[in-house]
Amino acid sequence: MDLLSNLALGFQTAISPQNLLYCFLGTLIGTLIGVLPGIGPVQTIAILLPATFALPPVTGLIMLAGIYYGAQYGGSTTSILVNVPGEASSVVTCLDGYQMALQGRAGAALTISALGSFVAGSFATLLLAVLAVPLSEIALKFGPAEYFSLMVFGLIGSIVFASGSVIKAVGMIVLGLLLGVVGTDITSGTQRFCFGIPELADGIGFVSLAMGLFGIAEIIKSLEQREKRDILKSKISGFWMTKKEIKAAAPAVVRGTLTGSLLGIMPGGGAILASFISYMLEKKISRNPESFGKGNIRGVASPESANNAAAQTAFVPLLTLGIPPNVVLAMMAGAMMIHGIQPGPRVISSNPTLFWGLIVSMWLGNLMLVILNLPLIGIWVRLLSVPYRVLYPAILLFCCIGLYSVNNNTFDIGLTALLGFLGYLFAKLECEPAPLILGFVLGPMMEENLRRAMLLSRGDPSVFFTRPLSLAFLLMALAMLVVVTVPAIRRRREDAFQEEGEER
Amino acid sequence: MYIRNTKDFYAGLVFLFFGIAAMVLAASYQIGTAAKMGPGYFSFTLGSVLTVIGLVISLRSLSRGEGLRKALSYRVKPVILVLSSVILFGLLLRPLGLLLSTFILVFVSSMASYEFKKKEAILNAFVLLAIVLIIFIYFLKFQIPIWPSFLAGRL
Repeated sequence: MDLLSNLALGFQTAISPQNLLYCFLGTLIGTLIGVLPGIGPVQTIAILLPATFALPPVTGLIMLAGIYYGAQYGGSTTSILVNVPGEASSVVTCLDGYQMALQGRAGAALTISALGSFVAGSFATLLLAVLAVPLSEIALKFGPAEYFSLMVFGLIGSIVFASGSVIKAVGMIVLGLLLGVVGTDITSGTQRFCFGIPELADGIGFVSLAMGLFGIAEIIKSLEQREKRDILKSKISGFWMTKKEIKAAAPAVVRGTLTGSLLGIMPGGGAILASFISYMLEKKISRNPESFGKGNIRGVASPESANNAAAQTAFVPLLTLGIPPNVVLAMMAGAMMIHGIQPGPRVISSNPTLFWGLIVSMWLGNLMLVILNLPLIGIWVRLLSVPYRVLYPAILLFCCIGLYSVNNNTFDIGLTALLGFLGYLFAKLECEPAPLILGFVLGPMMEENLRRAMLLSRGDPSVFFTRPLSLAFLLMALAMLVVVTVPAIRRRREDAFQEEGEER
Repeated sequence: MYIRNTKDFYAGLVFLFFGIAAMVLAASYQIGTAAKMGPGYFSFTLGSVLTVIGLVISLRSLSRGEGLRKALSYRVKPVILVLSSVILFGLLLRPLGLLLSTFILVFVSSMASYEFKKKEAILNAFVLLAIVLIIFIYFLKFQIPIWPSFLAGRL
C-alpha cells in the first residue's frame, strides 16, 4: 500500500536523532508558552523562525509544528489548575476543568485532556496522511483561475470565523494583500512601494510583520492593564479516572475528535473554533446540560480533543492547496517560503521526505507530549508565578535578536517597531490582525494567478465564472459573506463571541 | 453630524489613508491592461477597493442624532517606552554591542509596567544577558557584535 510506504519514509525522516531532538524541543517550548498566558504560538513561532534558518527545512518545520500542537496541551493545564487559559483554544476548558479541580479531580481532568488530545492528535494525523495525496492531486489540476478563486474563498473564510466587524476584516485582508505587494515585482522588475529603501526591495519581511503585529502590539496592549495573578489553591492528586468518568469521557473524546478534525480543515477554522463548537455540541446532546460548567468531565474531554485534532488537520489545506486556514498556519506557510519551499500541492511530490517526515513527527510529538506533560505539571504550574513584567522584556529581547539575525541588519528592527505601532493602532480600533497576515501571505500568489488567468483569457474576466470549479469557490465565498452579513445570523454570531469574551 | 463610533471612524480613516496612498503610488507604475497587467494593476485595484472600504466604514460611523458613543481609551507610556526600547536596540546594537543594548532594551521596556521595580529590572537584564549569551551566541552561533565597536579592537 502506498500510504504505508509513505509513512515508512516519514518514520525514517522523523526518527533521525536531530529531528527527534527538535520535535522534542518544539513540543517542550510549545507546552511552556501554552502554560504562560500572554505569549502564544503565533508570537513564539515568529520569535523562533530565525533560529530555524540554520536547520534543514524539515527539522525547522518539525519544531515549529511542535510548538503549535504543544501549546494546545500546555494551555489546558493552566485552564484546569488555575482557571487561566494559557491559550485562546483552551478557554472553554476552564469552565468544567477548573470546577473539577475544585472538586479534587484535577488529576483526572489533566489525564483526560492529555489522553483525549493524544487520541485526537493520532486520528487527525492519520486523516492528514490519508487526505493529502488525493487532495493534492485534485489541486494539481487547478489552473490559475481556480487558484485565484480558491484564495478568495480561503480569505473570506478567515473573516467568517473572526470576531468583530465583517467590513473591517475585509479591509484588513485588502491591506494585507497590499503589504504583500511591497518589493520587487517578479514579472517586470519594478520596485513597488519601496520609497528608495534598498532593504524593502525583497519586500516586507514576514518575520517583521508577524513580530510587529503579534509580538510588540500584544505587549503594549497587555501593559495597559495591571497584573492579576491567581494562585493555585487546588492540590493535584490521583491522575487515574474512575470507571464512571472513563465511560462518560470516552465517547466525548470521539465526538470532539471528529468535530475538531472537520473544523480544522475548513478555511478560517482551527483550534479555537473547534474547542468552542465541540463544547456547545457536547452540551446540546447531553441529557443533563445543566451539569456542564459544574465539573462535567465531558466538558473537558470533548473540547480538548477537538482543539488538538483541529491543530493537526489545519495542515491539510496548507500542505495540499497552499492555503493557510488560520494565522498559525500562515506563520508555517511563511516559514516554508523562507526555507525556499512553496506550500501547495507540489510539496508532496517534490519534497516527500519533508511532507511525510512532518506528518510522522506530529504523531511522535503527540506521544512525547503525553509522556512529558503529566510528570512535568508541577514545573509548569510553578512557571505561572513568573510575573508578566519580567516576561515581556524577555519576549522583546528575543524578538529583536531574532530580527537582527534574519538579514544581519538593524533596519528590520526599526520596521518591526513601526509595524508594532500599526498593530497596536489596529487593536485599539478593533481591527483583527489575523486576516491581514493571511492576506499578506497570499498576496503575491494571488497577483500571480490573477495575472496568468487574465493573460490566458485575453483579458476576459468571465473566465472566473465559466470554469465550474472556480465558480463553485466564488459562490461558496459569496455564500459565506451573505451568511455573516444577514442580520439574524450576524446577531447570533456576535452573541457567540460575546460569550467567549465574558468567559475570558 | 456626530461620530457615533470613534473606533470605526478612525479605522475607516486609516484604511482610507492606505488606500489613497496605494492608488497614488501605484498610478506611477505601469498599469497595463487586463490581459497584460503591469506592476501597478493589482496594487491600484487593491488601493481603490481599500479606499471605498475606508469611506464606507467612516461614513457608517457617523449619525445625525446623538447615539451611543464608543470612545477610545489608551495609555501612552507603554506605547512610547516599548517602541523606543526596540528602536534604541536597533540603533545601538552595532555601535554599542549586544551587552549594553540588551541592558538598555530590558531596562527601558520594563519602565512601561505599572509594577516597575528598578532592582528587579536590573536583575532581569543580567539573567536575560546570560540566557542570550548561552543560547544565541554559544549554541545557535548567531553573528552579533557583543562588545562596543570602540572596544572591539582592544579586547
